[in-house]
Amino acid sequence: MAGGGSFDTFPKLLLRNAAQFGAHPAFRHKDLGIWQSWTWAQVAEIVRAYAAGLHRLGLQPGDTIAVVGSNRPKLYWTMMAAQMLRAIPVPVYAEAMADELAFVLAHAEAKLVAAQDQEQVDKVLSVSDRLPQLDKIVYDEPRGLDGYDRSRTIAINNVIEEGRAGLAADIALRKRIDDFVQAGNGSDVAVILYTSGTTGASKGVTLSTQGCIDAAIDTTRFDGLTHEDVVLAYLPLAWVGDHYLNYVQGLVAGFCTACPESSDTIEQDRHEIGPTFYFAPPRGLEAMLTRLMIRMEDASLVKRRMFNYFLEVARLHGEQVLTGRPVPLSGRLLYALGRLLVYEPLKNALGLSRVRVAYTAGEAIGPDQFAFYRSIGLNLKQLYGQTEAFLYVTCQPDGAIYSDTVGPAAPNVDVRIAESGEVQFRSPGMFVGYFKDPAKTAEAMTPDGYVKTGDAGFFDEKSGHLKIIDRAKDVGRLTDGTMFAPKYLENKLKFFPNIKEAITFGDSREFVCAMLNIDPVAVANWAERNNVAYGSYQELAGHPLVYDMVAKDVAAVNRSLVEEKALAGAQIRRFLILHKELDADDGELTRTQKVRRRFIAERYAPLLTALYDGSYEADISTEVAFEDGRKGTIAARVKIRDMQATGAAESLGKAA
Amino acid sequence: MRVRDTNEILLQVEGVALSFGGVRALKDVSFNVRKGEIRAIIGPNGAGKTSMLNVVNGFYHPDRGTITFKGRTRDRMQPFEAARGGIARTFQNVALFKGMSALDNIMAGRTLKVRRGLLWQALRCGPALREELEHRHRVEEIIDFLEIEAIRKVPVGRLPYGLQKRVELGRALAMEPDLLLLDEPMAGMNLEEKEDMSRFIVDVNNQYGTTIALIEHDMAVVMDLSDRVAVLDHGVKIADGTPDEVKNNHAVIEAYLGVAH
Repeated sequence: MAGGGSFDTFPKLLLRNAAQFGAHPAFRHKDLGIWQSWTWAQVAEIVRAYAAGLHRLGLQPGDTIAVVGSNRPKLYWTMMAAQMLRAIPVPVYAEAMADELAFVLAHAEAKLVAAQDQEQVDKVLSVSDRLPQLDKIVYDEPRGLDGYDRSRTIAINNVIEEGRAGLAADIALRKRIDDFVQAGNGSDVAVILYTSGTTGASKGVTLSTQGCIDAAIDTTRFDGLTHEDVVLAYLPLAWVGDHYLNYVQGLVAGFCTACPESSDTIEQDRHEIGPTFYFAPPRGLEAMLTRLMIRMEDASLVKRRMFNYFLEVARLHGEQVLTGRPVPLSGRLLYALGRLLVYEPLKNALGLSRVRVAYTAGEAIGPDQFAFYRSIGLNLKQLYGQTEAFLYVTCQPDGAIYSDTVGPAAPNVDVRIAESGEVQFRSPGMFVGYFKDPAKTAEAMTPDGYVKTGDAGFFDEKSGHLKIIDRAKDVGRLTDGTMFAPKYLENKLKFFPNIKEAITFGDSREFVCAMLNIDPVAVANWAERNNVAYGSYQELAGHPLVYDMVAKDVAAVNRSLVEEKALAGAQIRRFLILHKELDADDGELTRTQKVRRRFIAERYAPLLTALYDGSYEADISTEVAFEDGRKGTIAARVKIRDMQATGAAESLGKAA
Repeated sequence: MRVRDTNEILLQVEGVALSFGGVRALKDVSFNVRKGEIRAIIGPNGAGKTSMLNVVNGFYHPDRGTITFKGRTRDRMQPFEAARGGIARTFQNVALFKGMSALDNIMAGRTLKVRRGLLWQALRCGPALREELEHRHRVEEIIDFLEIEAIRKVPVGRLPYGLQKRVELGRALAMEPDLLLLDEPMAGMNLEEKEDMSRFIVDVNNQYGTTIALIEHDMAVVMDLSDRVAVLDHGVKIADGTPDEVKNNHAVIEAYLGVAH
């Protein structure tokens, strides 16, 4: 644990790490099948040379440099080198379409772009006529870039080499770089992170260096992260989570950031690296568990029995063992046996053996999944945060974990609930403003300096933890005045393995309806085991037996609502299963995979109309974008199913 | 790296004829392959394309005619001689070791480059180990190049067809051939796989400067890819030239679409 004091900028932290943990690995990357390592001392030398090279390319203090690609050491070093020159890195989502990329590059006025490979370079070049301020593109992987215009594109390796040669030959250059590092201070802009655009066009969240470092000092201390820790950096560079958890915490705590070989090898790489601090969004954990369960179905009978038996033991005692509460001796012994035979081998297979602290955030996690991971001894916790806070608003401390809360306020964070029910906060890492958008900045703040999260929530009386219900502006009312919290319903639906995505409607309507996406892995597996033949996703989604199965899940959600007085009237009365998977490329999800309700309502307007006019099927034709950028249309006839609302009496009858 | 502009002839096929019993598969076929180019041989089913390829790599012996490769003319050549001489190939119906991993299959492509004897290899120490590491490095470059890191350790029998084809290409590349023969590299692939494979073929040619001769009956793919195209029909070469020339050639259109009566 370290940080603070005179280390108020990232270059200073880098130099401190090089001095204190010089021989410790700072970065790892699997390249040509072998894990390559760089120590903090090596990284400090490379970044300095890189900064000198970028300086010679004309990068000035205050300039912006965009970073496009997946998690690669050289791209992280680009951010460090830029910050050494007091320039501002702007990471951009690697899978952004050319138009989205053009918007961010133009808005951020990026002078240079650091791109991972030919694909990204091509994308930038394809929109370069819209980017008058763009000067040069530097790239990590030279493959395929041989014939490109040398005056516009340069390999990062060459930039580093030239910088290194320059530093060796030119005393004045050495001095200039040193001066930049000295002159840097906590009020410099550290980074601009563009939000993924859940609510329209993305905004550039400007963060100050001091804010970033202060926030990270608090959380690294909170979870006891040190230079001995290892993380696997596999989430998008442009996302606040990766930037905070890996890049900033890495510099503050001095731990090692390992970059996977490719996006397809993450599971293998995680297994090989064995991270000690781990973050996964709920859907990542969900997918991991689904695959695990499917593989267990194919295991031998003995293994399956053993697995089921010890999972039951874990369910009974795992949480208590993990938090150190008393457990009967027999339970303790059985759990120890289970650890030997099932839990540890399981965690090893998942690459989670060494994890001390794991977090999940971004969406609600299914209580069963959450309990599963904790019961096998993974210290999984929840946090609540957003880009404007530079991640942490609340997080769960070890020992006080609940699946339906996001924990108390993080260290030095001040959280309050406004009268409207909206969660508001003040935090050390909170943003300076939206880049070039004072009007939006003012909108996002209260007069007394709190940031409005836009989320509705309340503090749970029992635990004192924050509970998030929904986006504040999405909480609506049915025409009869019943409260309708769409996200709350959708999460309940999504906890069923067959349902991958759900969008509910009901605000200012008579009753609640839902559009659903089936989970192709789980439902295909079910279809195989039940001899249900189908030719395509569309056919599977429209299959009457699939509708029957999903209707049971919807009925279960309706029953569970009965117990919650305020929401009992908001049961789902009609639903349909969409003929295609929702996709970020079609604008239906954000890049962080959240549904864009309003957009979907417009895009599937005929289906929405049919849900409320009583018809039992509707035609829909939508344009879709393929991965290579081409467009096509999908047409389908979608069926609609009615549901019976469950009354309180009926539910009681069942319970009796 | 591209050396397409040279006019040096790498392979010259002169007046080759081949028959199986009464069936005359090839009748007096001549063509050449220039160093560094992508050369396609196309034709409808049964035109004699694969027979032609098998003649070039020594699997069949022509009844008449000569094959000149890198300036040496032979009339009889065994496949292993072709391999030693720098000719690598892939097969129409994927011929990999199904039980072995993708990595081991590609390593197998290095067999001819192994210098140390069997005993050294078995001991796996000293110079033999160093040599193996060199080979492994080369193979890893190919794995990176073909973007198959995720399946490195997977037995190829469990891979989908498109990936098997890619592994097979990897094995041929591991030989560092002067001439790479591809027998219907896109056969049985969907559109996306075809586009991927086309990109890899062009990249191989660009990056390593490998001369490529490929056989294909799907004309569309070939036209975008190749520098020159030869067209076979019923064992006779009916056209030869740039893709544009071939596309507008009457004999070719007739062979593919039939004659209008």
